[in-house]
Amino acid sequence: MAIIQQIAFVIVLGVATWLIRKRVLRIRDNIRLGRSVDRTDNFGDRWKTMLLVAFGQQKMFKRFIPAFFHFLIYAGFLLINIEVLEFVIDGLAGTHRIFAEPLGGLYNVALNFFEFLAAAVMLACVVFLVRRNVIKVERFTKPEMNGWPAMDGNLILVIEVILMFAIFTMNATDQVLQKLDPEHYHDTGRFIISGLLVPLFEGIDKGALVAIERFAWWFHIIGIFAFALYVTYSKHLHIALAFPNTFFSKLQPKGQMDNMEEVTTEVKMMMGMPVENGGEPPAEVKTLGAKDVNDLTWMNILNAYSCTECGRCTSECPANLTGKKLSPRKVMMDVRDRAEEVGQQIAEGKEAFQDGKLLLSDEYISKEEINACTSCNACVEACPININPLDIILQLRRYTALEESSSPASWNSMFSNIETSMAPWKFPPTDRFKWATEWKEKQEAEG
Amino acid sequence: MSNTNLFNVPTMAQKQAAGETPEILFWVGCAGSFDDRYRRVTQAFVKILNHVGVDFAVLGDEESCTGDPARRGGNEFLFQMQAMSNIQVMDMYQVKKIVTACPHCFNTLKNEYPDLGGNYEVIHHSTYLQQLINQGKVKLQGGGEFKGKKITYHDSCYLGRANDIYEAPRAVLEALDADLMEMKRCRTRGLCCGAGGAQMFKDAEPGNKEINIERTEDALSTGADTIAVACPFCMTMMRDGVKSKEKEESVQVKDLAEIVAEAQGI
Repeated sequence: MAIIQQIAFVIVLGVATWLIRKRVLRIRDNIRLGRSVDRTDNFGDRWKTMLLVAFGQQKMFKRFIPAFFHFLIYAGFLLINIEVLEFVIDGLAGTHRIFAEPLGGLYNVALNFFEFLAAAVMLACVVFLVRRNVIKVERFTKPEMNGWPAMDGNLILVIEVILMFAIFTMNATDQVLQKLDPEHYHDTGRFIISGLLVPLFEGIDKGALVAIERFAWWFHIIGIFAFALYVTYSKHLHIALAFPNTFFSKLQPKGQMDNMEEVTTEVKMMMGMPVENGGEPPAEVKTLGAKDVNDLTWMNILNAYSCTECGRCTSECPANLTGKKLSPRKVMMDVRDRAEEVGQQIAEGKEAFQDGKLLLSDEYISKEEINACTSCNACVEACPININPLDIILQLRRYTALEESSSPASWNSMFSNIETSMAPWKFPPTDRFKWATEWKEKQEAEG
Repeated sequence: MSNTNLFNVPTMAQKQAAGETPEILFWVGCAGSFDDRYRRVTQAFVKILNHVGVDFAVLGDEESCTGDPARRGGNEFLFQMQAMSNIQVMDMYQVKKIVTACPHCFNTLKNEYPDLGGNYEVIHHSTYLQQLINQGKVKLQGGGEFKGKKITYHDSCYLGRANDIYEAPRAVLEALDADLMEMKRCRTRGLCCGAGGAQMFKDAEPGNKEINIERTEDALSTGADTIAVACPFCMTMMRDGVKSKEKEESVQVKDLAEIVAEAQGI
C-alpha cells in the first residue's frame, strides 16, 4: 500500500513540476517580448525597496483594514509552506509525519503555530469574500472586473479556505488515530484548533479514519500543487512576482519621463550637433512609442503579470473618479491579456503580431482611455508593489503623436503653438516679456 | 529701498552686457509670462526677490516653453527640440541655478534636461521661499493679514508625488501663523486639479464630472477662505472650480508667492 502511495506521489510531484515549469517558462518568454531596459543599477537601493515594499508590505498599510487581513494570509502563506516540506518528504519516503519524532515537543509547538496561522488565513479569506461579495467594496465592482476577474478573485479565496480546512481535518483524524494505533501514528500532543474537531471523528472505525486522514493529506498536497499551477494563470502571481517587480521598479523621481534616445539622435542632427556613430541610422528601426506589447519594455510586462487587480490605482485615479473610461488597473490587465494572447500564438507556431490586433485599439486600450490621463502619478503612488501604469500610457501616447499624428486636435494645436510661438498658447513670442515691461511702465506712470 | 526697485527685472542679456553673472535664473514659464492671473504671481515673486536683494535675472524674450506639455502629450520630438534650444541658451549664459514658480517647468528642468545635457540646480519657488524664511531674509512679522486665517493647501502633483515636495509649501504657510486646514485627500493622496499631463490644453474626455470641481469640493469642505496653490495650472483649475461653485466672493485662490508678498506688505 505504502509503495503505491509513494509511486503515486512521485507521479503527482513530477506532473505538477512539469506543468508549472512550462507555465513559468511561457511567462518568462512573454515578459521577454518587451524591449530591453537597464534596471541593474543601484543594487543597494533596489534591495531596500524590495525589503520595505514587498517583504515589509510598507505601502499596503496605507489602508489598515485590508492590510491587516492581507498580512495574515501573507504570513500564513510564507510559514505554513514550511510544512509542505514535511509533506513532500513523507510523500517520497513513504513516512508519516517524519519531523514528529526528532522534533519532539517542538513539533507540537510548530504545528499549533501553523494551525493558528491557518485559522487566521481562513478568517482573512472569509473577510475578503465578504468585502467582495456582500459589502461590494467599490474598487472590486468596476466594469473591468466583470466576469472572469471577479470569479478569479473569489476562486482563490475559496480554494485557500478549503486547503486550510483540509489541514484541520488531517490533524484532527491524526489525533484520533494516535490513540488507536500509537505505533504508526506518532504522538504529537494535542493540537488546539483541530482538537476541537476531534469529537466529530471519535467512534468512527479505524479503516474509515485512515481513509479520511489520507484523503485530507492527498487533497491538501494536490490542492497546493493545483493552486500553484492555477496561480500562474490567475491574477494571483503577485505572491512571487511582487519581489522582482519591486526590486526592478523605477528609482528616479516619479515625475521623470524616460528619454527617447532614438529621437535625441535625430534632433541633434537637425540642430547640427555632434552625434555618436556619425549619425549612422540604427540597424533596426524601432517603432516610436508603443502600439503593442513588444514595443513596451519587459518591465511594463512584468508589471502586468505582477498585478493582482486590487484596484487601489483605479480608486485613486482622478479620471476614473470623475467617470472617465480610463482605469489604470484595466491598462495593466490589458497588457497582460495581450501578452498571453501573443505568447499563445507563438506557442502554436504562428507568426507573432500578425493577428490584426493591437494593444492600442478599442479591443484593449483605447485612445479615449490614454487621452484622459493627467499624469498625476496617483496610480503609481497607490500601487502596493510599485506597478507603473503611467509609463505604459505615456508610451502609447508617444505612438499616437509620433507615428500616427492622431493626438486630439487641441493637442495638435498646442504642439504647433509651441513650434511657432514657443508657448502652448498662441501669443506672439515678442510679448513674452510684457509682464515686466508693461508692469514697470505702469508703475512709473503711477509714480 | 525705493518702491520702484521692487519692479526691477534684469534680463540675462543685460547682465551679460554688464559683465555680470547673476546668482539665480528666475525661470518664468509660459503661464507666468502670458496668463493674466499668473503674471501677478510672477510679479509678486519678483517683488520678494528684489525686497530680499537676490541677484537674479530672467531670460525675457529668450525664454521658451520647456516642452513639458509636448512631452506629456506624446510629442517627444518637439519636447527635445525645445529642451535642446533652451539648454543652448542657458549654457550660453552659464546658468548654474534656476528658480521657477511652475512645478511642470521645475520637474522638466530638474529631472529631464540632464538626459539632454542640461545640468542645473533647479529649485521650485516654494522651496526657495522656505529657504528665505529659514535664513531670516523674509520676515513675516506675525503673518500680516493671514494670521489666524483658515488656509488650505492644494498639492500640485508635479511637486508632491512627482518630486516628493510636500513640506516646503506647508512650512511657508505655517510661518504666516495661518490656520492650515488639510483636505481629506492631501500629500501623497492629494487629488489632481485635472490639468496635468497636457490636459490643460484640451477638453476632458467624456465623464460625469470635471476633476477640478471634485477637487474644489475637497477644498471648500475644509471651510478655508484661502486656497493656496503653487502651480499656474492648479491656479486656473481651482479658480474655475470656485467660480462654478459661486464662491469667488468668499474664497480666494492664491499662490504662495502672493501670500508671502502680501504678508510682507509689498
